[in-house]
Order: sequence, then C-alpha cells, then structure tokens
Amino acid sequence: MADYEVPELKEYLQVPEPREHVTNHIAPFFAKPDHQADLGFPGELIDNWQEVAINKMGDLLGKYRSFKLFLDICVHCGACTDKCHYYLGTTDANNMPVARQELLRKVYRRYFTFAGKYFPKLVGATDLTKEVLDDWYSYFHQCSQCRRCSVFCPYGIDTAEISMAAREIMDAVGVGQKYCNEIIAKVFKIGNNLGLPQPALADTLEGLEEDIEDDTGVKVRLPLDEKGADILLITPSADFFAEPHVDGLMGYAKVFHEAGVSWTLSSEASEAANFGMFIGSYENMRKLSLRIRKAALDLGVKRIVFGECGHAWRVAYSFLNTLAGPFDFLDQNYPIPQHICEFTYDLLKENKLRMNKEANDDMTITFHDSCNVARGAGMGGFEGGQFVIPREVIKASCNNYYDMNDDTILDATFCCGGGGGLLTDDLMEIRVKGAMPRMQALKQVTEEYGVTNLAAICAICKSQFAKTLPYFGFRMDQIVSVHQLVSNAIVLKGSEQEAELDGTAGEDGEAENA
Amino acid sequence: MSIEVNGKTFETDEEGYLADLNQWEPDVATAMAKEEGSELTDAHWEVINFLREYYEEYQIAPAVRVLTKAIGKKLGKDKGNSKYLYELFPYGPAKQACKYAGLPKPTGCV
Repeated sequence: MADYEVPELKEYLQVPEPREHVTNHIAPFFAKPDHQADLGFPGELIDNWQEVAINKMGDLLGKYRSFKLFLDICVHCGACTDKCHYYLGTTDANNMPVARQELLRKVYRRYFTFAGKYFPKLVGATDLTKEVLDDWYSYFHQCSQCRRCSVFCPYGIDTAEISMAAREIMDAVGVGQKYCNEIIAKVFKIGNNLGLPQPALADTLEGLEEDIEDDTGVKVRLPLDEKGADILLITPSADFFAEPHVDGLMGYAKVFHEAGVSWTLSSEASEAANFGMFIGSYENMRKLSLRIRKAALDLGVKRIVFGECGHAWRVAYSFLNTLAGPFDFLDQNYPIPQHICEFTYDLLKENKLRMNKEANDDMTITFHDSCNVARGAGMGGFEGGQFVIPREVIKASCNNYYDMNDDTILDATFCCGGGGGLLTDDLMEIRVKGAMPRMQALKQVTEEYGVTNLAAICAICKSQFAKTLPYFGFRMDQIVSVHQLVSNAIVLKGSEQEAELDGTAGEDGEAENA
Repeated sequence: MSIEVNGKTFETDEEGYLADLNQWEPDVATAMAKEEGSELTDAHWEVINFLREYYEEYQIAPAVRVLTKAIGKKLGKDKGNSKYLYELFPYGPAKQACKYAGLPKPTGCV
C-alpha cells in the first residue's frame, strides 16, 4: 500500500528513541510562479533571499510580540518532546517541537541577539544557509500547527506561531507551498478552495434537495444567494463535494428546516476555510475573511453560522472581528459568528428537535476533537463549551457513545495528521505517520467498547481519516460527520420517518397526510 | 513531467495530471491506467465519459454524490455508491478518475 513503513499500532502509545533525519526527504511541491504572484509573493527563490528573509524575520519580530517572546524564553526543559504526533509517528528528532522551533531559533540568535552576532558557536547560532532553508521547508511542513505541544509547555510556547512565521518568511523569498497557495488563489478567483463555480454549486445543491426528499418525503431547501435570508451559512466547500462531509451538510439543512429559519449559502463566500492562517499571512487571511463580510452585507443577512470546519472556526471565533469587523449590522442577540453545533445544541435544549436515536444504532461512536476547535476556539460562551457541545449533539443523536483515552481528547487531543495545510497527496507519508497516535487511541476504544465510528467537525479531519484509516486496518467510511448523525436521527415534521414512528404510515410507508 | 502516447508527448504536472485538458484523447486514459497497473473496462469508461461531460458543462469535476447518482441512474442503483466507484478507482474516483479523464485535480479539503 505504501513504499514507506506504516507505523504499527501497539497496545499503548510508546515514546520512540529519537533518530536523525528520518523524514528530511519529505517536503511538499513548490507553488508555481503564477500562484505565488496571485498572493503577492515572488514567483521563485529570489537572488538576495538571505537578506530579504532576515529582514522579514525582523519585521515579524517587531509586529508579533508573541513570536519574539517564544524565540527568547524556551529553556529546553523537554516537556514538549514527546507531545507531537509527527514525532511519535516518524521518530525524527527534528519533529520534537523544541527541535522544530530550534531550526528557526538558531537563525534568530545569529542575527538578532548580541551573543549570536559575536559568538555564534558558543550559543548555537547558525547562518541562514540554503541547507537551513531546505530544512525549514521540510520540517515546517511537517507541523500541522495543532498546538498540542503548547498545552504541555510550561511557558505556553506556541510552535504553530513559529511555523506560521517560518512559512511567511519562505513565501517572502519565493518559496511557497503549492497546496496552500494554489488554493488561496482559487478562493480569490472563484470563491472556494475547490474552484466550484456558481452553476456547479447550484446544481449540486439541487441534487441534495432531491436526495433529502427521496429519503424523507419532505422538501428541505438548500438555498443559494438568497437575498434577505436571516442566516448566512459559511461552510467548507468540501461539504458540497466529498463524503462524509456532504452528509453533514444535509444535516445542517434539516436542522435549519426544522427550526423554521430562513437561511442561505453564498456562491461568493462559498468557503469557510482560511488557508491564509496556515501560511501565516495576515494580509491573505484578511482578504479571505472580507469575502464573508461582503457576502453578509450583500445578502442582507442578520446572522452568520459556520459549518463543520476546524481552522475556519478558529479564525471565525478568535479573529473574525479583527479581520473583517465590526459586525454591527448583524443581530446582536446571537453569537457573532455562531457554530452550527451551537445552533443545533440550543434547539435540542429547547426540545425543538425530535430525535430518533435508534436510527444510529448500527454505530458506536467516539468523537475526535479537532485541534483548532479544541485549542484555538470556544463554543457556547462557557469554559469547555467546544468539548461539551459537539458531544451533547452526538449523544442526542445516538445511543452508543464512548470517549477515547483522556490524554488523547479535549485540549490534549491528537491532530488527525492532515491539518495546517498538509492535506495533500505529496505529503501522504507524513500524514500517515502523523495519524498513528489518533489511530492508536481509536484502536483501543474499538477493542474495549466496540466503537465502530469516529465523528468529527472538521473537513480536513474527515478527508484525512477517510484516506488514512485503511492504512491502519480500518475502513474509510468509519469517519462520519457530526451532523450526519443528526441527519440520520432527526425526525422531520411530516416525514416518512415520523409516520413510521407514530404508526400513521400508509402501506407504501409514506405519511398519510404528507 | 510528461507522458508518451502513440508517439505524442503530453505535458503533465508533478502528479501526472494533464497540463492541457484540451489535448486529451482516450488513449491517454488507457496509457495512464496501464502505468498504474490497471486496464480500463466499459465500467471505467462510463465514469470517465461522465466526468468529461460534466466538466464541459460546469468547469469542475462533479461532487462525489453527483457522480454516484449519475452512475446509479445509468448502471443501476446497486452501482450508485462510492463503494462501487472505489472498486473501479482504488485511489478515489475524484482523484484517479479525474486524472484519467484529463481533468485537473480537485483541490481543497478533499
């Protein structure tokens, strides 16, 4: 299946002995000059790249106090060393968070500290050479910016920010990553990561409306570009395209339908994802976010709700107001923005949704906390809401639920292995290896509790698992969307399911009054 | 990168996707499949032809559900699911079948 070694799942997670340069051969494809240009970066490695890179680092040190602080305060205590899923899966010493940071820190020391300028050897300071740049390109694309290491760091040093800064410096000298940069350019041109134009989107949504009607007998709409709707749904374009994402999208539509609210998608802002964060580019992140603001204004909506997308929710929850606010034109009585899980959870609490948990009895579920939701955002306005609310939504939809091991969930959750702009085929080896710790935890609950399915609220997690589960002896369809479970269980008023449950179905199974 | 078919050279990207969609001809698909150790049957062609028709109209590959539904309508309901498509294209209908059909690779969180 693979021309590299797939990590073996043991009985419990073991911390490996570090080895040197095991995965330095792994690096993503370079962005093409035209994609670089679309984002305002040089097309390829520029001649005076060292000078520009050092200047860029200086610029970032001045702009982001956190970045400078993180480079200054590490005491090399080692608490982070065994916390990275890529280290655990690859055993490469440079994938220990402290070593990953050190790749940049040693250059910082050389050009920005007194000791490093005059006594570089004494303090482990290094010139920025082409070899160092190559190491950066390789190892800063073996970090999914999941921030698990920062939870265990006594100083809270955030490797994700260092990784983002490194990628920003590399973009500034013309060394960009194809996957992220091509996609960002596509959002600017077409409106979403996939490059799904409005007519294709309209056709796809129409097909989904037919499917829901076939399944339930109820006309549930998936409106597009409808002016005057109350709610604008911003969801990852994978929700239109891939499985199990699309099953989640149909779940949101059913929830909106049952809530009786008017809502719409936007073809212009048909993407929740914001890859600007992955490449550490504030300008691109802002430009992507402003599309959402524009769509909300153009359509005249009162609320913005986000679908199941991990890093989108971090950007939305933590940065949207700064990037694209103020949102004073929206209804201030609702969270701005709101997560679809919050929306569904509120309805469940008010007993406004009829749920038939038996519809999911063929599954025993566990929940994978997505890193950017778990460690980069909140939900529901109470501490830990981002952990409680998705679980409550799942438990309202099914009878069989078990959590994975404590040190692999909530804020200690393991990344799926494909986050942070790594969800691309050219990084398959690192994705498979990085998935190992999560797969190990899944195996454990599979054996102990008979868990059959893993639910998630992130498009990247879902695609990553669909691809990597088979490497570890699972099936690709064992990953499900949280709102897929909702979709299965929700009993729509006037539906065939309602008639069947209430015993009012005619012989053909359809509701007599429907 | 490039691929040689019937003495003609076709430019491709790093992953073997055709650089110019308009250059595509059926033998390109056959050659790409052969390189990956498989032989295209009528069942494969049903999918490839649908992909090309859809792309012609919408400038994008169809969503998995659009594809499964279309195949289900053409070949019977038992074949209108992604399990069937993965049997035909083990590396994924969206990616492998698109490549054979000369379409660009779907990008994003898929």
